[in-house]
This record gives sequence, C-alpha cells and structure tokens, in this order.
Amino acid sequence: MSIKIRPRFTLRRKRAVWGYVFISPFIIGFIAFFLGPIVQSITFAFNELSIKAAGFELTYVGWENFRYALRVDPDFVRVFTETTVQILVELPAIILFSFFAATLLNQKFRGRWMARVIFFLPVILTAGIVYQFESGDILHDVLDYVADETGVFSVSQSMIGLLLILRMPASFTQYILAAVERVPDIINASAIPIVVFLSALQGIPSSLYECAAIEGATGWETFWKITFPLVSPLFLTNIIYIIVDSFTRPGNTLVELINDSAWGRGIYGVSVAMTWMYFGVIAVFLVLVFLLLAKRVVYMEE
Amino acid sequence: MATELSRNFKEVPEVRHKSKYFTSHFWAETLWALARTILVAGICYIIIYPLLIKLSSSMMTENDMYDMLVKWIPRKLNYDSIVQNYRLLYGYMKYPSALFNSLVLASIVALLQMVSSSLIGYGFARFDFFGKNLFFALVILTLLVPPQMIMVPMFLNFRFFDFFGMMPASVNLLGTYWPFILTSITGMGLRNGFFIYIMRQVFKGLPKSLEEAALVDGAGQMRTFLTIMIPGAASAMLVVFLFAFVWQYNDYQFTRMYLSNTATLLPFSLEQLTRTFDVESYSKEYISILNNTGMIMFIAPLLLLYAFLQRYFIESIERTGIVG
Repeated sequence: MSIKIRPRFTLRRKRAVWGYVFISPFIIGFIAFFLGPIVQSITFAFNELSIKAAGFELTYVGWENFRYALRVDPDFVRVFTETTVQILVELPAIILFSFFAATLLNQKFRGRWMARVIFFLPVILTAGIVYQFESGDILHDVLDYVADETGVFSVSQSMIGLLLILRMPASFTQYILAAVERVPDIINASAIPIVVFLSALQGIPSSLYECAAIEGATGWETFWKITFPLVSPLFLTNIIYIIVDSFTRPGNTLVELINDSAWGRGIYGVSVAMTWMYFGVIAVFLVLVFLLLAKRVVYMEE
Repeated sequence: MATELSRNFKEVPEVRHKSKYFTSHFWAETLWALARTILVAGICYIIIYPLLIKLSSSMMTENDMYDMLVKWIPRKLNYDSIVQNYRLLYGYMKYPSALFNSLVLASIVALLQMVSSSLIGYGFARFDFFGKNLFFALVILTLLVPPQMIMVPMFLNFRFFDFFGMMPASVNLLGTYWPFILTSITGMGLRNGFFIYIMRQVFKGLPKSLEEAALVDGAGQMRTFLTIMIPGAASAMLVVFLFAFVWQYNDYQFTRMYLSNTATLLPFSLEQLTRTFDVESYSKEYISILNNTGMIMFIAPLLLLYAFLQRYFIESIERTGIVG
C-alpha cells in the first residue's frame, strides 16, 4: 500500500498566494478607498447629508437630489450638456491631431528632439490653480482680444467663406469652427496621446515597410495597409486616456460646478447626484466606443 | 570572351548626371520639409506662447503695461527691474517654506505610489491566481470613475476616520498628510491605476529566465522581486515617480480637500495672493504682472525638473511598452 502524500501547498498554489500578497495593497485600497466610498456616494445621492461635529446625518429624500439638479439648479443642465458635448467634440479632434503630430514627429528632421520636448511640455503644465489665474488675468484677456481681432478671427471668417463655397453641411462647418477656436486646448490635451502613438509607430518593424516598398506599394497604400492597422489598438487606449484626463483637466466647468455644489454651497447630495449623471453619460459613451472599435482593431500576432 | 564583355559594356548608354535640383523627388522632399518645419514651429509656438507671456510680463513694471509700444520686452531691462516683482512675491507667497512643503508632499506621494504600483504591477504581471483578470479590470475601473464621485465620501471618511468601525473613536485625519499616505500606499491615489498599468506592462516585458534562476537557487519571492526585478524596472519606476510627483505638485482639488487652503503649500499661497492684492489695493495692471510672476514661480521648479529629466518623461512611455 502506498502512502499518498499530498502537499498542502503545491507550487502553483504557493505562487497564487504570492500573487495575492503582491496585489493585497490594491485589494485593501479598493475596498476601503473605492468600493466603500462608491457605495456611500450612491446612498448620498438619495439622501440629504448634513455634517455635524460628531459625524454626519442622512435623511432619505428619494430622487429629490436628481430633481433639484435637473429642475431647480440654474446652471446644471446647461453646463452638463456643454461639457459632455465638448468632450465628444474634442475627442475626435484630439485623436486626429495627436495621430498626425505623432507621424510628424516620427520623421527624421533636424530639431526633432527639441520639438518633442516642447510637444510634451503641456503634461507638466496642467496645474488647476494656474489655469484659474490665467482665466482671470486681464493681460490674457487683452491678448486674446488682440488675437481675435487679428489672427484667429479672420482665419475663421475666411474659412467659413471657403466651407460655404464648398457647400459643406452646416454642422460640419460649425464643428470645424469650434475645433479651430479650441486649437490650444486640443494641442495641450494631446501630449500623452502623441507619445503613445509615437511609440506605436516606432514599434512597427521596418521589415514590413521594406517588404511593401519592394512590392511596389505607394506611400498612401503603405499607410493604410501597414501603419494604420498596426497603430489601431492604441486608438482605444488613447480614447480612454483622453476621457480620464478630461475629468481632472482644468477648465472642466461641470467639475467646477460639482465641486462648488459640495464645497461652496454644501449641497453634498446634489453634487453626488450630478457626478452620477456625468459618469452615466461617459460610461454609455465608452461602452459604445468599445463595442464599435473592439472588433475592428488589429492585433499583431506574436 | 573578354572582348565580348567589354563590347557589351560599351553598348550601355552613358548615364548623364543630372543635377539633383532637377528631380521632382528633391523638390517634393524640400517642400514637405518646409511645410513640416512651419507646422512644427507653429504648434511649438502655440504651446510655449502662454509661458512666454508670463515670463515677459513678470519682468515688467506697471508703466510698461500702459505703454502701447511695449508688448514683449519691457522698457527697462536690468537686474533690478527683472528681480523686483519676484522679490516682492518671495515674501507674499512665503515662497521658501511653501515650496519646501510642496516638494516634500509631492515626494512622499510619488515615492509611495511608485512602491505600491510596482508591487501591485508585479503581482499582476507574474502570478496566476483566481480572479486576476477581474481585479485588473477593477484597476481600470478606478481610473474611469470621475474622482468627484468619491470626493465627498472620502472627505467624510477622513474627517471621521475609524477604519470601518474598527477603531473605538473616530479621528480627524484632515489637515495631516495621512489621507495622501493611505491612498498612495494602497494604490488609490490620483490616477494610480495608470501607474499600476505601466508597471504591469514593464514587468511583463522583463525576461523570465533570471527570475526563475533566482527562485531555483533558493531566493525567496520577495528577495527575487527586490534584487532581480526592481533593478530591471528601475527606469520605469523613475518615470512613475516623476508623473506622480508632477500630478501631486499640480493638484489643487484633493490637496485643498484634505489639507484646507490654510496650509503653507504653493498652490494655496498662489491662491491667497488675490486676497493680499485686495488689501494692498493695487491697480488691475499691476496685479496682472504680479499674478504672472506668481505663476512663473509656481511652474519654475517643474520646468527645472523637466529640463533635466525630459529624456525620461518622453522616452518613458516608449520604454515602458505601454503599447504592447
């Protein structure tokens, strides 16, 4: 009769335990500083919250907070639509611009390093407090006014003319105009997406291009048949990054309104209800993007 | 045989060397290079334009603001005229102590976030355990939820901190660095999920052989991690440190919520300038000059950091293989 010895810890189980050990900070943090607060924020959305010296009190109010945000608050509906529309408008522009800039910076030219240093600069210049100061500064107002009078304004004027002559649909014309006005914002938001695209471009094996050149492919064909498909997974990454970035980007008026409701006016429940509506729209949008793109994205076989 | 060959050679028509300036290829290249230069220069100008404005304005006097001829370069430009505004704000902003505190706080947060993201990232990259994909999806979820969602609950949790009733009485952790420390060490800081993602990719990209050799030779799991994996991921960890540092330094919302704006930190001393100016009743133009000076003083440490370490910032995402 043989004695079966089953070790209590096989190597695999031991490894699994170590896995949990390494991610344990995250599990603790997730429960304590994410899941807990999320559950609380759901309850806050349906309650009126008042802070007392010893703790906080909740009074159940049902959908009142949502009703207040949508019906009573003078700014919410306007700011809400503005902000969500703005991010949806800016998203394609940022994606296109950063892809374009990445292909530009991927070429070899003198001063390329310097250009990259400057393109990446906005990442470190995103302080909310600096933005607040800028928007209240009269010097900037004056300079913006001058810029409107001389540069951007006339450009937009002549562009409207051109687009009208070309008989472009009005919505397209408006989109282009809105995008032109936000050029600095779009460029500033593109810094990290540019680097992501750039690294993808540099990751494409040069043998593929050589092969295409030998087969006689034109630059246009090479771009659409090689470059674009191989970079396509990064579109999803970048869309997610841009949306996440928009939550904390200074100048997000909806976030300002939410903060003001909580810390300025003390209507905590309403501010949480506003955030849930904001997140709802973003979540629906992300799911749509994911369903639309996930199937079409090409992954290179290892 | 030899003559035949040479005869064949002579039949090849002579190639006339055209000047390179006559090829359409050359002109297309040159035109594109020109267009590219203009584009790149234009975009660079848009990016650094706000910085340049602040810099030039910070060196002006009030009179320069009224002078219609002065746009970029002030009338007087010597050491005293350049330093005067900075010298004034140096005192108003309590610059040395505010800067020191800001740097210390950002360093603490960045260091802890770097450590926690490395640990967590390594756990996700190298071990197989039940629910791994689910946990990783949760990491991404923490990024996708707007931070405002958990702001109010976080504020209350730290105001009445009792760790889920496990402590007998609640403690007020607001006004201390504890909220920053606790959230950073558990990977829940500002955009911490992003760093976990980066570190996971980095550890996945490192070769397995060294690690396995160390394990076979009897090094423990922790020791392998510390002596084999960490050195391999050092440059990526520096990148995480830098990003975390910059984002904490720039953060205003969470820092104000946890510390209230009476703390001596750079964003708050910048904010308080407005009140100081109201008391001093300076003219609008002079306030604008001083504001710009203040902003330069706020940004300057980051710009210095960037000037020295831009290589890491830019190559970072390439090297961390976020793409793969």
